[in-house]
Formats: sequence, structure tokens, C-alpha cells
Amino acid sequence: MASNSSDARDAADDAGARTAGARTPLRATADNALKIVVVGGFGVGKTTLVGSVSEIRPLNTEEVMTKAGEGIDPAGAWGKRSTTVAFDFGRITLSERQVLYLFGAPGQERFWFLWDRLFSGALGAVVLVDTRRLEDSWYAIDRLEHHGTPFIVARNNFGEPGHTLEQVREALDLPAGVPLVDCDARDRESGKRVLIALVHHLAALAGADRTALADGEILTDGGAPADGQALTDGQALTDGQAPTDGGALTDGGSPTGGQALLDGRAPAEGAVLVTAAGRAPAPAGSRTAIYEESTP
Amino acid sequence: MNAGPVLPGRDDDPDRLYTITRGRSRAPENAFDLVTLIVAERQPAPGMQSEHARILRMCEAPTAVVEVAAELALPVSVVKILLGDLLESGAVTARHPRFAPNKARLPDLDTLKQVLHGLQQL
Repeated sequence: MASNSSDARDAADDAGARTAGARTPLRATADNALKIVVVGGFGVGKTTLVGSVSEIRPLNTEEVMTKAGEGIDPAGAWGKRSTTVAFDFGRITLSERQVLYLFGAPGQERFWFLWDRLFSGALGAVVLVDTRRLEDSWYAIDRLEHHGTPFIVARNNFGEPGHTLEQVREALDLPAGVPLVDCDARDRESGKRVLIALVHHLAALAGADRTALADGEILTDGGAPADGQALTDGQALTDGQAPTDGGALTDGGSPTGGQALLDGRAPAEGAVLVTAAGRAPAPAGSRTAIYEESTP
Repeated sequence: MNAGPVLPGRDDDPDRLYTITRGRSRAPENAFDLVTLIVAERQPAPGMQSEHARILRMCEAPTAVVEVAAELALPVSVVKILLGDLLESGAVTARHPRFAPNKARLPDLDTLKQVLHGLQQL
């Protein structure tokens, strides 16, 4: 297909280049790929979010599933009774060996038949919501809970927010343990903070699943040196912590010890609500950070 | 909207898909994850099925199954069948994702730390 002239023009036109030569290959040392899924209704900005942080232009592909209410055909057969479900993806090289793939998945009902086949083993998910169409996300949240996939919710917020995050949380009937953050899917830093918020949430969940000793381990290994260091190098982390369960990590990073993480989780997430609603001064100036970030 | 991820040549006609897979519709079960990285171990041979040859060229550097699917504009399950052929003949090797969710489906902290570190470098 690279030989025909219109494709050659496309290839010359950088934006349209999809030929093999135009691909950005992974490092030869890459040997472990991870997945994070961005779920959201049509037009909510999934592809935009994926594209803003991806090192490649988002690509689109599809999987086949059978129709007729029987869900996925385990044989993977296709034919007259099958239909395709499209999704897009981008990627981020994390290190010499690790690469993270970000998938944008439609939250529509039929897609969930494919969830396990495509996204089993995903680290977690981000539910991207548009406050004008919150109902589009109810089903996705329900399905993620059903599948046991850990997730956070990000409001794609460009322009003047019409609702507080607390109102959004109520409308979504979101459990207190699920972080809710604001983002601008078009902005790379903002998209990055969403992903970092998800990773913090996963760390908090993983810590909470363990014994107090293990929690202490997070705080010393994961919390103090690693994250602490990150706090100083990566401004984004500091900011990213504020609107999410980062409060937990902030607590965790303090010398109060392992229990702080567990104890810190609920209040920290509660603090998100208070902060978002603007009813109380945000701790450590995080409120300012939230709004500066969300309205670039 | 111009130059979006529109795929010229995408054609989901079942007949075409069956032709490409020589009649097979079963992907090797669990042989490949969406993000299994495929690495070519050989050059394409003359007379090789064109999709196989393209995969081998594409996978000179490690390439995820999903990227192969996007590049070939074929459904993921079709691509898995093609990759199964190549794996069986030793023309490619597969680097499977190491992360397997534990009982609570949570990644280990070491993995999370690496992800966090990588994201902060962005």
C-alpha cells in the first residue's frame, strides 16, 4: 500500500503517515508492556487524552465479537453474525524495558463483552466523564466495579466548570474510595497527572490490602524514598497528589508510619470533596493547584 | 478531523478475513495478550504470505500485538492467528507481559513504582 501515489503523499504529509517507515519503533530492549484503559462515552475526549500523553499518534484498531446476545464467541469466529468494536491506543515508553499502552475504550454496552479478552491484566482504568453527559459513565463505572478493575474518574473540564467535583461525585454515586480529579484532556501535563493519580490510587489500594507491616513498607520504600524523591523532581506529582488520594501519600510520606496510609485514605479522599467544593481551605494550597491545572 | 486514524484498506468482509487466515477463525487461546511484544527472528522469505512478511518487517523492533493489528488494519483476533503461525515456525518470538494481577487484581508495588517513575519523566 505504500507504493500507490496517494499513500506516498500521505507519507510525505507527516500527519497522515501510517506506513511502516513512519512508525516509531520501541527500543530493542523493550520486553514488558503494561496496560491502562481510558473508558468513556462517545466524544468525551478519550482519544484526546490518550494522544496528549502518547509518544505516538493514537492508532486505531478493532476486535471482532459475535452479535445476537450471546456475547463473545470464545472461538473468536467472525462472519455474518459478528460485529467489530473499534478502540484506539497510544503508548509511553517507561524505561529501557517497560512500555505502557493506553487504550481508549468506548463505554458502550457491547464493548464490555470484550473487556476480559482485551484488557485482562490492565493495571487499572480511568473513567473520563463529561459533565454534560454524566449518564454515559454510569454503565462504565458499574462494569468496572463488576470486573474488579481498579479505577479513578477524571472529569474532562475545559472552560468554566459548571459543577463542583462534589456534585459530580454525587451524580455518579461514586464511592468515597474512588478518586475523582479534574483534567484537561488536551493538555499533556494534565493527562500525565491523571495517570499519576491512578497509579497513586493503585498503590494505596495495594497497600491497604496488605498487613500493617506491608503498609509500612510502602511508606518507606514506595512512599518516602521513591515518591519522596519524585516529589522533589516531579512537580507534577506534587500537584497530582492534591486532587486525588495523593493526600494519603502525603500522609504516608510523613514520619507517622504505616498506619497513616490506611488512616489517611478515607480522610484524604474526603478532603478531595471538601477541596473541590471549596468549603474549606485546601490543605497545602492544593486547591489553587487544582484550578490552575484545570483551567490552563 | 482530517488525517484522523482513518484506515484506508480496512475491510471487514468475512471472506477476506477467512482468506487471510486460510479458513481459520480460532485464535490460539491465550497465546498472545494485546500487548505481547513480538520480535522477528528472521527476514521475510520469498513467497511468504504478504501479511506474514509485513509482520516480520514490522517486528524488527519489538512491536505489540495491537500495533501489528493497527498497522495491518485487521482485527486483533485475525492478527493473533497470523502471529500464531509465525511463532510456531520460529519466525517470531513473543515477550509476554510480566504483570499478572494478583487475587485482588492489583499490581505489585514494584511495578507501580516503575510506572510512576516513567510517567514523571514524561
